[in-house]
Amino acid sequence: METPLLSVKDLRIQFNSREGVNEAVKGINFDIEAGKTLAVVGESGSGKSVSAMALTRLLPKPPICEINGQVHYDGQDVMAMSSADLRHIRGKEIAYIFQEPSVSLNPVFTIGSQIAEAIKLHMPHIKDVNAHIIDALDKVGIRDAEKRIKDYPHQLSGGMQQRVMIAMALVCEPRILVADEPTTALDVTIQAQIMDLLREVRERTGMAILLITHNFGIVNHFADDVAVMFRGEIVERGPVDQVLSKPEHPYTQALLDCIPRLGEKRERLTTIDHDKLAV
Amino acid sequence: MSNPENILEVKDLKVHYPVKTGILQRVTDSVKAVDGVTFEVPRGKTVGLVGESGSGKTTTGRAIVKLAPITSGTIWYNGEDIGNLGKKPFFPYRKKIQMIFQDPFNSLNPRMRISRIIAEPLDIHFKDMSPSDKMDRVVELLKKVGLDESHVNRYPHEFSGGQRQRIGIARALAVEPEFMVCDEPVSALDVSVQAQIVNLLKDLQDELGLSYLFIAHDLAVIEHISDDVLVMTNGKIVEQASAEDIYENPQHDYTRKLLSAVPKL
Repeated sequence: METPLLSVKDLRIQFNSREGVNEAVKGINFDIEAGKTLAVVGESGSGKSVSAMALTRLLPKPPICEINGQVHYDGQDVMAMSSADLRHIRGKEIAYIFQEPSVSLNPVFTIGSQIAEAIKLHMPHIKDVNAHIIDALDKVGIRDAEKRIKDYPHQLSGGMQQRVMIAMALVCEPRILVADEPTTALDVTIQAQIMDLLREVRERTGMAILLITHNFGIVNHFADDVAVMFRGEIVERGPVDQVLSKPEHPYTQALLDCIPRLGEKRERLTTIDHDKLAV
Repeated sequence: MSNPENILEVKDLKVHYPVKTGILQRVTDSVKAVDGVTFEVPRGKTVGLVGESGSGKTTTGRAIVKLAPITSGTIWYNGEDIGNLGKKPFFPYRKKIQMIFQDPFNSLNPRMRISRIIAEPLDIHFKDMSPSDKMDRVVELLKKVGLDESHVNRYPHEFSGGQRQRIGIARALAVEPEFMVCDEPVSALDVSVQAQIVNLLKDLQDELGLSYLFIAHDLAVIEHISDDVLVMTNGKIVEQASAEDIYENPQHDYTRKLLSAVPKL
């Protein structure tokens, strides 16, 4: 068997505060293989975002936050890396896009200079940075890229901002893209455009994607495998077709049941009794 | 004249914002946020308003509660023309028409306790109510939206997104409204919490006979909660039909485009 590009074993994350200890992630295991897409679904607070952040240790240092377990990227132990090595991985090997593009972009710099930052840090050999940025914006479907690089984030719509975020994430050609709810803040038609774009990029570059979402529709169309998180644990994992058509865990079933579906009007929506499930 | 079966009738509503340019700030153009919208909301029913961001759906909702300036057109509420009322004569309608907002994190004052947040509209519209009666009312409202009595002295940050949206609903219900403009009330919530809030809004409608204008971009949620659906784009309503028809037999290209963009399960 091939070794996976990224492997996570018994990952545990806890946050310590004056109020007590909050175990956000309680021992999860998953692998990401090159070129494959793994979707992580779950409600807010289930630990999916912190798990993704832990992959490059983008979390506060102890004693606020303690990460235990193993994360191996391409054979290297991420938990044992120095900050300098981590900086090389972040953005270069494993890149992130987040939910809210308007919050993730810096409002006082042009989008061109924000993309340039990543290029200068990770690819200092590139001389013509501008041409590289224009190329990156072109690839994510931003027209008139030469003019757009001088725009500030507020001059772009939400969908365009998310394209800029994707351009920024892809500019260093990462091997893994972590997309944390990339379309939750966007309209359905823009969502369709962004997902098409990610699909196209995935085919062109062969990168692996870790997609965090709570939209099962997107999981169905986009991912190869899915992991369902509930209260810091992965309760079910498997190929998308299998999990969506024959969910084995009652929580997965409950999550699928509470979604309103087009053309199937019901009198009431099913809700989830979390405490019953936790037993 | 308006039909007495409708709680709200909107006719040819326009909201245009002037575009000023140059040092003289001359009006050179206008942004037609809402451009000639006509619809009605039958009493006790829910009308869904769907469209992408920038389509003018939120502005339409805000114009009804006088949070956006009306350029032209009429709004009848219970047969009274409220669209052109001044600030003072409109005051009683601020009690009858309430609004629920999208973002439960930004629409609650972080420095106020829950009891103050919910009692504030009572201070304005029920000036003669005694403080102890107000407190009783707050507790009653909290129970009605599924929160606990013990929550009254907490601050908004101590609640989850779904609980905050419940607080927003309790605040809207405090002054016994008849009509609610719900502006994307579940868009920021998880699917399971979304289901709870949608069910809560339906229960409250049955119990209190409320009428809703429900604004959202999620077609499945709109179809589920609405009796009639309006589809809006570029400031205009392009299709108007019952919730069943709009899914089974969409007439307008834009409606079809919206429906086909939803990733199916």
